Amino acid sequence: MPFLFDIKRYSINDGPGVRVTLFFKGCPLSCRWCHNPEGLSCTVQKLYNHSKCIGCGSCVAACPEGALRLTQTHGVVTDAQSCTLLGQCAEVCPTKAIEMSGRNYLEEEIMNIVLKETHIMDSSGGGVTFSGGEPLIYPKELKSLLVRCGNEGIHRAVDTSGHVKKGVIEEVLPHTDLFLYDLKLMDTSLHREWTGVGNELILNNLRFIADSGKEYHVRIPLIEGVNADEDNVLSTIQFLNGLKRKPTVVGILPYHDIASMKYQKLGRAYDSRGMNEPSKEKQLHVCSLFEENGYNAVIGG
Amino acid sequence: MIEEVKTRKRVPQRKAYKEGNFYEHDTSRPGMNERIRALREESVNTPASLSIERALIQTEFYKKNEGRYSIPVMRALNFMEICEKKSIYIGENELIVGERGEKPKAVYTFPELTCHSVEDLHVLNTREQQRYLVSEKDIETYRTEVIPFWEGRTMRDLIFSRVPEEWEAAYEAGLFTEFMEQRAPGHTCMDGKIYRKGMLDFKREIEEEIAKLDYFNDPEAFDKEEQLRGMAISCDAIIRLAERHAEKAEELASREKNPVRVKELKTIAEVCRHVPAHAPRTFHEAIQMYWFVHLGVITELNGWDAFNPGNFDQHLEPFYENELKKGTLTREQAKELLCCFWIKVNNQPAPPKVGVTASESGTYNDFTNINIGGVRPDGSDGVSDVSYLMLEVIEELHILQPGNSVHISSVTPNRFLHAAIKVIRQGHGYPSLFNPDVYIQQMLRSGKSLQDAREGGCSGCIEVGAFGKEAYLLTGYLNVPKVLEVTLCNGVNPVTGKRVGIETGDPSNFTTYQELYQAFHTQLKHIIDLKIKVNHVIDQMYARYSPATFLSVLMDDCIRKGRDYYNGGPRYNTTYIQCTGLGTVTDSLSSLKKHVFEEGSVSMEQMLHALSVNFEGEEVLRQRVLNHTPFFGNDDDEADDIAVKVYNDLFDLIDGRPNGKEGGKYHLNMLSTTCHNYFGSVMGATPNGRLAGKAISDGTSPSHGSDTCGPTAVIRSLGKLDQVKSGGTLLNLRFLPSLLRRDEDVAKLGTLIRSYFAQGGHHVQFNVVDTATLIAARENPEEYRDLLVRVAGYSDYFNDIHDNLKQEIIDRTENVSF
Repeated sequence: MPFLFDIKRYSINDGPGVRVTLFFKGCPLSCRWCHNPEGLSCTVQKLYNHSKCIGCGSCVAACPEGALRLTQTHGVVTDAQSCTLLGQCAEVCPTKAIEMSGRNYLEEEIMNIVLKETHIMDSSGGGVTFSGGEPLIYPKELKSLLVRCGNEGIHRAVDTSGHVKKGVIEEVLPHTDLFLYDLKLMDTSLHREWTGVGNELILNNLRFIADSGKEYHVRIPLIEGVNADEDNVLSTIQFLNGLKRKPTVVGILPYHDIASMKYQKLGRAYDSRGMNEPSKEKQLHVCSLFEENGYNAVIGG
Repeated sequence: MIEEVKTRKRVPQRKAYKEGNFYEHDTSRPGMNERIRALREESVNTPASLSIERALIQTEFYKKNEGRYSIPVMRALNFMEICEKKSIYIGENELIVGERGEKPKAVYTFPELTCHSVEDLHVLNTREQQRYLVSEKDIETYRTEVIPFWEGRTMRDLIFSRVPEEWEAAYEAGLFTEFMEQRAPGHTCMDGKIYRKGMLDFKREIEEEIAKLDYFNDPEAFDKEEQLRGMAISCDAIIRLAERHAEKAEELASREKNPVRVKELKTIAEVCRHVPAHAPRTFHEAIQMYWFVHLGVITELNGWDAFNPGNFDQHLEPFYENELKKGTLTREQAKELLCCFWIKVNNQPAPPKVGVTASESGTYNDFTNINIGGVRPDGSDGVSDVSYLMLEVIEELHILQPGNSVHISSVTPNRFLHAAIKVIRQGHGYPSLFNPDVYIQQMLRSGKSLQDAREGGCSGCIEVGAFGKEAYLLTGYLNVPKVLEVTLCNGVNPVTGKRVGIETGDPSNFTTYQELYQAFHTQLKHIIDLKIKVNHVIDQMYARYSPATFLSVLMDDCIRKGRDYYNGGPRYNTTYIQCTGLGTVTDSLSSLKKHVFEEGSVSMEQMLHALSVNFEGEEVLRQRVLNHTPFFGNDDDEADDIAVKVYNDLFDLIDGRPNGKEGGKYHLNMLSTTCHNYFGSVMGATPNGRLAGKAISDGTSPSHGSDTCGPTAVIRSLGKLDQVKSGGTLLNLRFLPSLLRRDEDVAKLGTLIRSYFAQGGHHVQFNVVDTATLIAARENPEEYRDLLVRVAGYSDYFNDIHDNLKQEIIDRTENVSF
């Protein structure tokens, strides 16, 4: 069964038209800037939002393992050792300060939600976007959903980091209408430093997709201090220039310090060192570099 | 509402007019040229004031003439007297002329309907919000001349002397409001006839009808003759009013030094000598024709929801095209005339209520709602260049009045929809959007011909009607959540402890949700019956004592029938009861169903106790309800099925009941205007977690902040109501300007609107929120749980983002929106 952490309707920034976006949980990369940190781990996680907590203690009483305690300064504190992630605390929490992230969805359940949006997907030229996390780490479940959507005539976009075995791409490619493909850094050692993995597999897979003739967009999270320098941008362009089919759109996604709240909920520290928001001028400059090379570059999207 | 206009720091770059966002020139102030800027400035900066002129003319006239004429003739002569004696105002820069009072923003009183007390006038003169200036001298004159004559004999006095105690108890509890105790029943729009016929043509028709009267066989022949005579006098009255404007313009021209203005004044005089006596020949005359008609209607009486020109773009289009072809009018001149008209409407604040308190604010808006786009009588697309001109005027002037709406049928081109969205994203909250494909069905369902339905549209807020042919009177709002509150106290108002309904059983003894719902249904029927019974009495009082002889000239088929607008004269006669708070009542029932009856996690006694103490010490229960109950607006059948059931039951209890006027019927309406605030203020806490005194949900929108699954889920929920059964529903959606920044986003919002309309949606309006709202959202997060903001590459709920980022977005938005 597909393991998701969210389904978003009226999604207008993940491909053409109005879409339903499915967020698969789990990712082979661990980008420092990741703005969906709950999508990193492949397991169920507990999220705790201290500001929503009214300190009623319902969760403490409900935990069969006695893993929770109420504190003055930090609200509810969970002993990770004894917590078995049963989620009873989330069930009884009146304010939803505690929520469990990630669960198995029946394919039927997903399709029911997706099909509710048939009218607006059809009329806007939208569809379903499979995102995450990394949807391609669930090839069997993903393929099955892609086929289902295909049978319903729904446009399918796969939003991927590309860091998977080529065989997986091969398997889902015939059932995908559009890839939204992330390109972060062209230097593999820097790529490893910032995301935890090198970029060889990623670049090879993109070459494979481009060779196949399948439509794809490239998405670049533009981060001052990481990849916004002209060197990296030019080598990205150079790489794209060498591909058989060009991306329909190059989306520049300016970095933003948006995710710190989510990190807090996960009980993790957000390490923003060395990363900054690119200036408006920089964003436009990067855009124009792509445009000069004949690419349809947009900020956002 | 929108009167305060922020100064633009920077002139936005605009595209060609057909693509929307129209400023092309560097304009530091809104308005296309010096004239329009000056007129606009005057209109926005002049404070609203009360003029006692009409009251004095009328009191004098009644003192002299009462008892000498039949009522319709007396009313018509009274109207004639006002047209003959009122002061005539022609402002320095004006092209379209005529004010209701002595000057812009001066509003008349109508003491024959409701007579302000000295205390009322003092409050109006001094309160902070929605103030109406009135001098001590005028108050004194009112005290000695006007009040003594009308005291005890106004329509309001007559109504309150006749209502049963039971009605009064329910009324005082805030179970419903009664429109007709404050203003005359109104709600009608103009169709195209005044662009084809002048008042002299109408007068001829009236005379023909008088000649045809059959005194041998028709027992009503005398009544009809008096009514028709009144109508003929009213035609003369409005012609006289126009002539007096012509005279004034000529007089001003004789003293004017500037040759350009002399020419303008001479044109004004020529126009006013031609219309409304004759059908208009030019674009200028067509607008002035409507404006005299409008002034006549709002001077004769003060009917609710002012009056409006209906499908104004379609009416003006032939004049525009013809003159453009002949070279007697340019596009710019046409736009300037439209601006002048727009400002004229803004110069007419709504007449203030009587019995006011200092805190009761109300609005200056008199709900004139200009319909733009839509379909033509043959079903084809109604959009023309005049429609785009109007969008330009709306965007440039951004003034409070007139309200306006775009009508998006399946035949309406996307470029027009997108142009309208680009005006909406300026954040003034208009135009609102309507779906002719649904409201035409609504009219066919309630018995209109296809042609009449297509010539109709929406007025006031969202009310459907056949323009120029229908009296569709609003009788007041029904507080549906309050009916549930009273049901939960077995017929007693928990706020006062007073009995206001019938006994439907002690809810603690109910063992199933069905029993509770049945009790609610019984109470609902009782309250609706009570309201309808009294409505009949009030309706007949107006028909007999306060005929609207001028308005009757304008509405088919009053002349043919020889009957008044209030007395079944129009071709169609509808009475609407506006049901408010569908979201609140649905969520409250859903909460009781789930937590009390299905899960049993809280007993009825516990819930009732929590409500009685306004959830004090019961925050855990309240949070549980707020966060773990299926609420309306999330595309969740658990809640939506309840909404559909309540909606259908309201329909069954109201629709089709006779209103005593020649086959006229009651119909369901689902608007709240601002009444959801008043209704909330008279209520304790509700089982959906809403605290005492807080507003209930508006129109058919979900409860504030309870829709958390995005706009597509909201429209799906709303789409489950068969909206064709109502005479209008209302949906408010809030967006941040940054969600509409790119053209692509505009197109996506366009598909959202089209999708809602395809699912049977009647109306939607967007609040592209401003900084003030964002700050309020930060301070009261619970009430803004549905506020969607574009954060960076994705969108999120404002509530769910970090405090610092909230501040950042607050800072950021200002740049995006202004």
